Amino acid sequence: MAEVYVPPAEVEEMELYHAKSWITKYVFSQDAKVIAIQYSTTAVAIGLVGLVLSWMMRLQLGFPESFDFIDPSDYYQFVTMHGMIMVVYLLTALFLGGFGNYLIPLMVGARDMVFPYVNMVSYWIFLIAALVLVSSFFVPGGPTGGGWTLYPPQTITSGTPGHSTGILLMMVSLALFIIGFTMGGLNYVTTILQARTRGMTLMRLPLTIWGIFTATVLALFAFPALFVAAIMTTLDATLGTSFFMPAALDQGVLNEHDGGSPLLFQHLFWFFGHPEVYIVALPAFGIVSDLISVHARRHIFGYRMMVWAIVIIGALSFIVWAHHMYVSGMNPYFGFFFATTTLIIAVPTALKVYNWTLTLWRANIRLTLPMLFALAFIVTFVNGGITGLFLGNVVVDVPLSDTMFVVAHFHMVMGVAPLLVVFGAVYHWYPLMTGRMLHEGMGKFHFWTTFIGAYTIFLPIHYLGLLGVPRRYFEMGETTFIPDSAQDLNAFITVVTLLVGFAQVVFFFNVFWSARKGKPAGHNPWKATSLEWQTEEVPPGHGNFGPELPLVYRWAYDYGLPGAKDDFVPQNVPPGAEGAEGGAAKA
Amino acid sequence: MIVALGLILVAVGTVVFHFASPWWWTPVASNWGTIDDTIILTFWITGVVFIAVVLFTAYCVIKFKYREGVRAEYKPESHKLEWWLTILTSVGVAALLIPGLFVWNQYVTVPQAATHVEAMGKQWSWQFRLPGADGKMGKSNVRLINDDNPFGIDPKDPNGHDDVLVDGANLALPMNKPVKFLLRSVDVLHNFYVPEFRAKMDMVPGAVTYFWVEPTRTGTFDVLCFELCGVGHHAMRSQVEVMEQADYDAWLKEQTTFKKLLAENEVTLEQLIKRADEQTKKMKDALPKAHLTH
Repeated sequence: MAEVYVPPAEVEEMELYHAKSWITKYVFSQDAKVIAIQYSTTAVAIGLVGLVLSWMMRLQLGFPESFDFIDPSDYYQFVTMHGMIMVVYLLTALFLGGFGNYLIPLMVGARDMVFPYVNMVSYWIFLIAALVLVSSFFVPGGPTGGGWTLYPPQTITSGTPGHSTGILLMMVSLALFIIGFTMGGLNYVTTILQARTRGMTLMRLPLTIWGIFTATVLALFAFPALFVAAIMTTLDATLGTSFFMPAALDQGVLNEHDGGSPLLFQHLFWFFGHPEVYIVALPAFGIVSDLISVHARRHIFGYRMMVWAIVIIGALSFIVWAHHMYVSGMNPYFGFFFATTTLIIAVPTALKVYNWTLTLWRANIRLTLPMLFALAFIVTFVNGGITGLFLGNVVVDVPLSDTMFVVAHFHMVMGVAPLLVVFGAVYHWYPLMTGRMLHEGMGKFHFWTTFIGAYTIFLPIHYLGLLGVPRRYFEMGETTFIPDSAQDLNAFITVVTLLVGFAQVVFFFNVFWSARKGKPAGHNPWKATSLEWQTEEVPPGHGNFGPELPLVYRWAYDYGLPGAKDDFVPQNVPPGAEGAEGGAAKA
Repeated sequence: MIVALGLILVAVGTVVFHFASPWWWTPVASNWGTIDDTIILTFWITGVVFIAVVLFTAYCVIKFKYREGVRAEYKPESHKLEWWLTILTSVGVAALLIPGLFVWNQYVTVPQAATHVEAMGKQWSWQFRLPGADGKMGKSNVRLINDDNPFGIDPKDPNGHDDVLVDGANLALPMNKPVKFLLRSVDVLHNFYVPEFRAKMDMVPGAVTYFWVEPTRTGTFDVLCFELCGVGHHAMRSQVEVMEQADYDAWLKEQTTFKKLLAENEVTLEQLIKRADEQTKKMKDALPKAHLTH
């Protein structure tokens, strides 16, 4: 890397707000790291609700007519709430609110987010949104059962559970979530653009930050579409407007709407919904790039290509939304356009996969827990990605759409793969957050059960879809084309699901146990180059760095730099100091 | 080593499962075997990539496992390699997309000779309507639906008087004749799907959607709703029977028509028209005045 002398900062630093009491330090905190923990804890807590809902669904699918406490209404409510919780309230909140808050200031060399107060408010609105969502379980009629896609007219007609109160609470919760997210999102973007330390050029940013940055920009553009869709549905349901509602029957009685377009809702929903996939995927792409590089002791291969691939994927993700609507009844000629744009996205995405694997080439691979999860991510992401080539290619999608093949595809690509990255990231950054390592043995058990287990769950579900098993079916009932063995397979999948689910107890135990009893990590246990590992204190205190912010002289991937004393050179080591005694260990 | 073996096991296990799995699509019964071909093509191209990536990763894990004192190769970029990979991937993607769009073009191009069948979805059952001897179906409107006119056929439209109505029974189709399905819904979204036909489309209240199919073998096939439509979604079933032309003609003769249905119910067309006019008037009166002046 070309080295340029970077003068020390001349602009005086702003004084941070310092907490004066326990409440302002740990509850209404303005420290991005505390907010990150709050976001993550809330997201994981509601994610566990989503997990339990998935067990309920699997019990019904694996052993139909065995459980009296699950009727069709319950089942469709479980389906709906599981989907919405996992996509929005778990994954989006965890990657951006959790990892974004923790890592952005530390990795770009800032003392905090640029708007700490707004950042705090963002979390509290998110918490209220989550509580409103959960409250819908306790209102008459229960939560909405219209599917996480919330398609009208169904969601607000009486054949659907939660069509009166549940759906309104869902819409209110989503609107709140979006308001809260916008506060956080503006913070992340502004911090990355404006608060980078001296020398941290955009092309020296770790890919984690590029992933989170691009995902946040996508979210800021995409969520407004969902916001207006939520408002318009609410108006249709409460004030009798007809944005999405045509004249139609409701239990045999003509409704009082006229001229609304159900397809308009779908366009708005997927204009949000498709970028949403990348809002989850891009942070995972970024984080996994860093995990692979650090633990393979090699620079990421093709850094510039990786950055551009993230940006191009983000941009393209706004012109592919109608591939969710090939058989929706929209003008079928749109299929030509959307199939083409969708398959073009495969090119930059495939390049990212190649570059991850090429990073491993002639590397010096440490099979640490984060590395194991990164490898598992590659396998599951490629598997889930290639089935996207089936569903994106308009005519191939026709028999597969709305089958279990779709369920298997999106779980593999935006459920399993990103969650494996989340686990890898927790094993990677836990030592920074707590000063202690997670237990290796428990981690290995957690890794193998989760990776092999999740793959065993979702691989066969693709084949149920090929067989023609529809998604969102309370029970299959009698058919002429589904063999009895499909039911055995479903029972098997249910058993594996429950086992993998319970295995997560080991992970949570590890997280709590290691915080007190874990092996002390010391400074920079992974010998990483990026700035979050170069703080004076571990865990970093309020303000992140010491009296002086670090100066950055190089990219985040100087692993195996020829001529350097160690096999890694931190970003804040000046040129010429790589070979010095201890030059790499502490700048 | 265990990690690399785990990765290899996943790759090999996936291939074995793919070929040994008893869960595979039901034999096609329509012209859309071409869609099956595109799926097979996609399996081959993407399957090779998947196996190659996983095995390459496993190889790296074995070959470049951590050794103390070893340095990784420092070679941040290779333009040549990145270009080659871009080009190869683009070729692979084109090899999927071009045949796909070719078949999609057939999917959206309905043959001139196709006869029309209307499938109407409602929570949670199916109704079917075929044109009578005149070959045309009458206009219809959800507002006209009542006990005597379950399809909402416009009584003023003479084309509708001889329409054949199949309500609560199986639909029959002649073999080797292209059929254009006109799809309606009276309440929420539904989707008409016969797995053996491979073709499907959503039914949208307020619109008429379509797809076409040419059944190629006789048999009785399930019709399922493939778009979540409420608590009875999974139970919204019917069947379609594909038969030889002679059998089909016989079946068609047995079916009732709109006029016959009215006679059975002892309702006259005039009465229906009167009710329709009242319905229209009621609707107009209910609208705010400002709405009418626009």
